[in-house]
Amino acid sequence: MRAWVGALLLLASLGAARAEEVVASLSQNQVSITAFFDGSEIFVFGAVKRYSPPPADAGPLQVLVSIVGPIGPVTVRRKERVAGIWINTDEVIVDRAPYFYANASTVPVREMLSHTDQMRNQIGLPWLVDLRGAPEEIADPFDFRDAVVRLRSSEGLYSELPGAVRLVDETLFDVSVPLPANLVEGDYTARVFLTRDRQVVDSFETTIAVRRSGLEDWIYRLAQDQALIYGLLSVALALALGWAAAALFRYLRP
Amino acid sequence: MQLYLPIAEVSVNLFLLLGLGTIVGVLSGMFGVGGGFLLTPLLIFIGIPPAVAVATQAPQITGLSFSGTLAHLRRRTVDIKMGLVLLAGGLLGSLIGVRIFKWLSEMGQVELLVSLCYVVFLGVIGGLMFIESLNTLRKSRKPGTVKRRQRHVWVHRLPFKMRFRTSHLYISAIPPFAIGFFVGILSAIMGVGGGFIMVPAMIYIIGMPTAVVVGTSLFQIMFVTAFTTILHATQNYTVDTMLALLLLVGGVVGAQFGAIIAVKMKAEQLRIALALMVLAVCLKLAFDLIVTPDDLYSLTVGT
Repeated sequence: MRAWVGALLLLASLGAARAEEVVASLSQNQVSITAFFDGSEIFVFGAVKRYSPPPADAGPLQVLVSIVGPIGPVTVRRKERVAGIWINTDEVIVDRAPYFYANASTVPVREMLSHTDQMRNQIGLPWLVDLRGAPEEIADPFDFRDAVVRLRSSEGLYSELPGAVRLVDETLFDVSVPLPANLVEGDYTARVFLTRDRQVVDSFETTIAVRRSGLEDWIYRLAQDQALIYGLLSVALALALGWAAAALFRYLRP
Repeated sequence: MQLYLPIAEVSVNLFLLLGLGTIVGVLSGMFGVGGGFLLTPLLIFIGIPPAVAVATQAPQITGLSFSGTLAHLRRRTVDIKMGLVLLAGGLLGSLIGVRIFKWLSEMGQVELLVSLCYVVFLGVIGGLMFIESLNTLRKSRKPGTVKRRQRHVWVHRLPFKMRFRTSHLYISAIPPFAIGFFVGILSAIMGVGGGFIMVPAMIYIIGMPTAVVVGTSLFQIMFVTAFTTILHATQNYTVDTMLALLLLVGGVVGAQFGAIIAVKMKAEQLRIALALMVLAVCLKLAFDLIVTPDDLYSLTVGT
């Protein structure tokens, strides 16, 4: 009972301290990867709810929108020249890295958020791409971590979009975050942060479900769960097509 | 129009795929080769993961060789008994090839394996073909004695002799079994039918009559690639049926046009053109192995 009262009091005090709240929504919480999927776009928009005017000495309000895709381990391999040809030799497993990452904000992140708050809220690639340990014989494990960021950035999977968020009158904001065509299935987390004086004022979090749909989904599930049937089906379809072609051309050119 | 391939997990232009299938189909119709050796590197160049490119070739080749086998069966140019011996070796080879492929892909060396196999085999075959067709061109200009085809004597001394009526041969089953086995391995790790190895081997090592060589090799290739498809699908999960069917549609149409073009060209010219093409693919792959890559690092999702 006492714990409950304590928690309620704490919540109330937090509510009082937080004079500004974010209200946000997304254009879609579900992205379907269909056969003709060619990338998509998530439109994030919202408003700032205020109970009292901000203190006169407070810095300007900033907004950050972060969308981060399924997080998992990545195996990074490095090529080396052996006997004249390039061969994968060293291998490091980066323990955690998001597949997709987009950080859109009103101003560059370091100008709107302290280092501590970035770390606390896991904002930015330094926190999200995490290498915990590497084999001892590798002298430069962090080069492998950097490779994840570099390669995924060049594929359009990681992006920093400073200045992309439009903020009107410190009240209304919106941003459109492009999703590339090479997206994978999974739950993506979308977060919105309001900051003042490099500190988080309020935040909002929601999930975007990215799923294969229709034929794509059916083929993928069959290939994973019923591999033998899938293999037989592949052969049967190929044979049917080969036979149809032979029959058709025999009919056309007797 | 972009198409998202469910197994390869990449988005590729639909018309690019159909176009590639057609071009390779035209070439395969012109030269009477499967075209797998061209298509696999091309698929990798356009961004299909190598493991998927190799495995997806298998059903594609099954379909192509099925239409070819049907035509040869009607003309009775298939030595079914020889085909079955080649096939027995092929199935065993494919089983081992897929195992090697899986093992190397876990080690991250699949790309290297595929490239090296291509460079070695295309280099040797292309080089030999080029030299031979140059020689025949030179000989055809000045009249001279035609050299008789030599049959290897050692082949006839081996045990397990069998009679192959269609080929008019009474030879040991070991050489065809071994050839089939070797081609089965290549089919699984290179994503090819293996006709470019099997056809010369059948002529020069087994000594089969040229008339039944192509039909018999297609017969073997059809079954071996069907088996390889199932193995890749169940062990590596890398067969993209959607990709295979699209390539097949382009391929069967292209092959018909290729066959029409082939009739209008001289055999020697065709062989030199094929040899040059094989050498060009070989050089491109060799160049990629030697030249410093754009980025030394590569990523694989998972551990």
